[in-house]
Formats: sequence, C-alpha cells, structure tokens
Amino acid sequence: MMAAVSADNRGLRLATRYAVLLLVAIIFVFPLLFMAMSSLKPDQQLLSDTDSLRAFLPVGDISFNNYFAAFERAPIGVFVFNSVLVTGITVVLTILVCSLAGFAFVFLDWTGRGVVFSILLATLIIPYETIFIPLLLMASQLPWIGTEGIEIGWLNTYRVQIIPFIADGLSIFLFVQFFKDLPRELIEASRVEGASWWFIYRRVVMPLSGPVIATAAILKFLFMYNQYLWPLMVVQAEEIRPVMVGLGYFTDQLNVPWGEVMAYLTIITIPVLAFYLSLQRVFIASVASTGVKG
Amino acid sequence: MASKLTRSNRAGWLMASPGIALIAAFIILPFFLAFTFSLTNQRLASPNPTKYVGFENYRDLLGLAYFTLEPERDDAGAVVRSADGDIKYPRLRNFTRNNPDYPNLQGKREWFSWQSGENRKVVLASDVVFMKALVNTITFVVVVAPVQAGLALILALLINQKLRGISLFRAVYFMPVVVSIVVVSLLWRFIYSPGDGLLNNLLSALTFGAFTPQDWLGNPSTALGSIIAMSIWQGVGFHMVIWLSGLQTISPTLYEAAQIEGSSKWQTFRYVTWPGLRNTAILILIVITMQAFALFAQIEVMTQGGPLDSTQVLVFQAFERGYGKQDISGGSTISVILFIIVLSVSLLQRWLTREKK
Repeated sequence: MMAAVSADNRGLRLATRYAVLLLVAIIFVFPLLFMAMSSLKPDQQLLSDTDSLRAFLPVGDISFNNYFAAFERAPIGVFVFNSVLVTGITVVLTILVCSLAGFAFVFLDWTGRGVVFSILLATLIIPYETIFIPLLLMASQLPWIGTEGIEIGWLNTYRVQIIPFIADGLSIFLFVQFFKDLPRELIEASRVEGASWWFIYRRVVMPLSGPVIATAAILKFLFMYNQYLWPLMVVQAEEIRPVMVGLGYFTDQLNVPWGEVMAYLTIITIPVLAFYLSLQRVFIASVASTGVKG
Repeated sequence: MASKLTRSNRAGWLMASPGIALIAAFIILPFFLAFTFSLTNQRLASPNPTKYVGFENYRDLLGLAYFTLEPERDDAGAVVRSADGDIKYPRLRNFTRNNPDYPNLQGKREWFSWQSGENRKVVLASDVVFMKALVNTITFVVVVAPVQAGLALILALLINQKLRGISLFRAVYFMPVVVSIVVVSLLWRFIYSPGDGLLNNLLSALTFGAFTPQDWLGNPSTALGSIIAMSIWQGVGFHMVIWLSGLQTISPTLYEAAQIEGSSKWQTFRYVTWPGLRNTAILILIVITMQAFALFAQIEVMTQGGPLDSTQVLVFQAFERGYGKQDISGGSTISVILFIIVLSVSLLQRWLTREKK
C-alpha cells in the first residue's frame, strides 16, 4: 500500500517535472516554429492565422511561393555566398593566427612576453561597439595594394569584413588556457631531438588541440555570421553584402512582405540551427568554456 | 636546461607577431583614436582640416542645467492663469535663446520638469536625445543583468536534473543563442504587432478576452520593456550554460552530505549550491553587463530609437552620428563615454564581489 502511494507520487512528480521542462521549451521554440510555418503561407493567411494555433501548423494554402518570390526580390544566393566566404576565411585565419600567438605565449620565452600578454588581457574589456566608429574612419582611409597599384579605402570590400576580426584577445586566451594544460615534457623532448618550433606547432601541438580549435571556431563562426552593426556601416555594394544586411531588401518596403521575410529568415537560420543541433554538445561546451576565464 | 630550450626571441616574436599586430592595428589603435577624435571635430569626409576642440563634444552631450520657472504675474503681482485655471509660465525659449542673463542655458532644451508649488522646476540638457539614450541604456542593463542572470540560474537548475531526455531540453533552451539577434528582432517585431498580433492574440486567449491589445513597440511606455523581454529570451540560454558548467564543478559528495544531514531543498541550495557558484556568479554578472551595454541590433531593427526616443540607446546613437551623420567625433565621444561606463561598472562589480579577508 505504502509503496504504491509513493510510486504514484513519484510518477506524478516526474510528470510535473517534464511538464515544466516542456512548457519552457515551448517558450523558446514558438517564434522559430512560427517563422518556419509562416514562410509557407501567403501573406493574408499568415496574418489571419495569428489568432489560433494554426499559426504554428503547416495548414491551409501551403507552398514554397514565398521562397521563389524572395529569391526574385533579392540576390539571396550572393548574400549567402558572401556570408559563408567572409565567415569561413575569418574562422580559418583566426585559428591559425591565434593558435600561433597562444603557442608563442605558452611555450616560448621571449623578451616582452609578459607585458604583451597583459596588454592582450586588457583588450578583453574593450567592446567592439566602442571602437567601430574610429574603425570606420580608418577603414575609409587605409591603403591596400590592389591589381592597379596602391588604392585607398577599404569600404565595400571583403577585406574590411575579414581582417579586423582575425585576431582577438579571447581567441588567443582560449588557446593559451588549453596549451597550458598540455604536458611540457612533450615539447621539451621534441626540442631535444632538434625539432623546429614550426614543426612542434604543426606536428605536435596542433594535432592535440581539436577541442580548443572547435571552441574558437564555433565562437568566431557565431560572431561573424551574425555580425550586423559593422557590415551595416562598411558595406553598401550589393555584390559583397552579407545575409544580415541583405534583410534590408525586405524590411525597407512600404508594405513589408511578411511571407517573404519569413522565408528569408528561414533560409538564413535553418542551416545554422541544423549545424548547431548536429554538434550541440560541442557548441554548448564552447560557450561554457568562455566561462572559464576570470 | 628547460629555459634554454624554450628561450627563443626570434621564433617567439615571429609566431606571436601576426596576432599582436592585428590586435594593435584593429583594436588598440581605434580604441585610442576614439579618445583622440572625441577632442576634435573629425568627420568621415570633409574638405576642411580637422580642428582640436577640447572638451566641446563632451559638453555638447553631457551639458545639464537646472532652472526654476516662476509663473507670470500681472501688475498686481497675482499669478496669471489660463481659462482652465492652469498657471501660465514664461516660455522657456526666452531663457535658452540668446539671453545674456542666462549664459548657462544657451542652446539647451527641456529634458523633464516637475511642479513645485507655484513654480515649475526644469532640468535642461544640451542633448536631450543623448540623455534619454543614456538613461534607457542604464535602465536596460539594470533590468536585464539581474533578471537574465536569475532566470538563467533557474533554467540551469532545471536542466541539471538527472532525467531521461534532458539533453534535448538543454539543446532547445540554448537554441535562440545561435540564431542571429537580427533574425530574432525581426521575428519579435512581428510577434509584437499591434491589434491582431501574435502576442496580443495569445494574451487574449489566455485571459479569455479580458486582455486589451497593446501596441507593444509603438507605445513609449511599453517599447523598452518589450525589447528587454525579447533580449532576455534570446540571451538567457548563453548564461544558463555558464551556470551549468559552474553547477557541475560542485562536488557530489557535498550534496550527499547535505542529504545525510536531512537538509531541505532550499537549505541545500543556500548552503551547498550557492556558495559553490560564487565565481560563476561574478563572471556571469560581468559578462551580461558588458553584453547589455552593447545593445544595438534590437533597436535598429525594431524601433529605430522611437517612439518619442523611448528606446534610444548609446550604441544606436553612436551609430546614428558616426555613420548616419558622418560625425566621427560625435560618435567617438559617445563610444568613449560608453567605454568609461562599462569599465567603471565592471571595476565596481569586481570590487563589490572581491574576496573578503
């Protein structure tokens, strides 16, 4: 008798727990579900469906017409290509440059190392948002060696979207934290055998650094793909616009075509979500590891 | 021996230099340029040479004055009233425009005022929009930091249970974090639509029609609150994960001990969990505060600072001036002010949460 009651109780408590978890999950999912479902509906139905649960269901006049219309309104392929290119190149260069710097800070002993590292740590307190305005002026006046000799100005280029974001204090710091925990004997042994620093970096240390590479890459990927303020200021030309700035094609209309907007949002969000869901443990571990500092 | 093996000036500088050079050029240099530009009249492109102007930009933004308006009186000295019985005051303009008796009010505009007896007390600002942006940004941070940190902790405790399928829930709670804030803002702009919007309909359904539909983003009294709620929705998963990693560093033996002692759930949280989360709490507070001060995309996408400047914030103002009006010096000045606030707040937080000896 007693056992039965407590078992019932446990069942009830378990059910409550799941109910709470589910309720919270609905709060986090409903806007995204709404986005995906609305992208399949004509504007009129999209708007009238908001008064019932139909808003979250693929019912009524379902089609991919919004997607076709969206592709006609804006060069979406170009935007996606630009975002992927800019994000991809930056991530690769970040890994290379920041891991090299981290390597030098941890394994090598050079004059000025301590001071430089302290300055690096101090830059962590500078939010990008507070340097974008002077950076905008710099970008308008920086020189570049192009195909026709020296040209002035970085505005409306890929490089202005990439180069300023290759190196940052946090990425270097992540590598430093990780390298510190590697066994030093490994490096010293290779040194005794006469291996060059470049060889040790490439053949000994980097192959062991999968986790931190994943972390730095994911954090940089999220930052770059989702950037908004900077490209808004430095990119006007359509050919090099990233996806977030491309949104203006839809929202700057007098009557916002909501169905197309939802289609566009779905196009630029679903790949990221799929990428995230397939690697969610690594994603979550990456964000959690930013909490290690301090 | 070891030190000789690792001693290498050339290799060290060579390997570190790409990173150092890039950070010096694209973070440290613009950081100092912001300070420099804030003391000049630098513009993005201008035919005139740039001039040093001292602290003029700061005065133009931060200038405040306090003024008492006395009622108009007739010849007998009685207060003049309008037909409705309202007290008549002289126009503020008479004092702020080329009035040699009040040089400190020159060019300022009314920010807010209140009634004090017969008199009206007025606070004037050189730049009312900037002042509103400053107050809104601080409001945003003061609300978001504790609420988001608290909700994130609740979620982390919820997700830290040992239940089947819990990692699925964790993945879902974290989902908005990987979605661009631009996408999220646009979605919520739709959800917040006035009249027949999704949120209005939802609230009407939940209250069986008792709820009056709101124009969430169009009403100055609800606009900032709506943006706050949405920002928390988007960001809370990020800090949940940091709390979670903090929770997982607490030794299970402490919980076992608490269980043996027969402590209640609250006691366990109060005396085992919370002390173990001290460092995590400090970190989360600092991270949220820094992120919250940088608020921009939500404003740009959802309200453009309106209605009636009720959602103006500092980064948006810096953007509007530095980029929109090509006023690099004005935008830089706002950036410097923002940086000084962020720095002071994080130093203050560190000092308040320091280890007490």
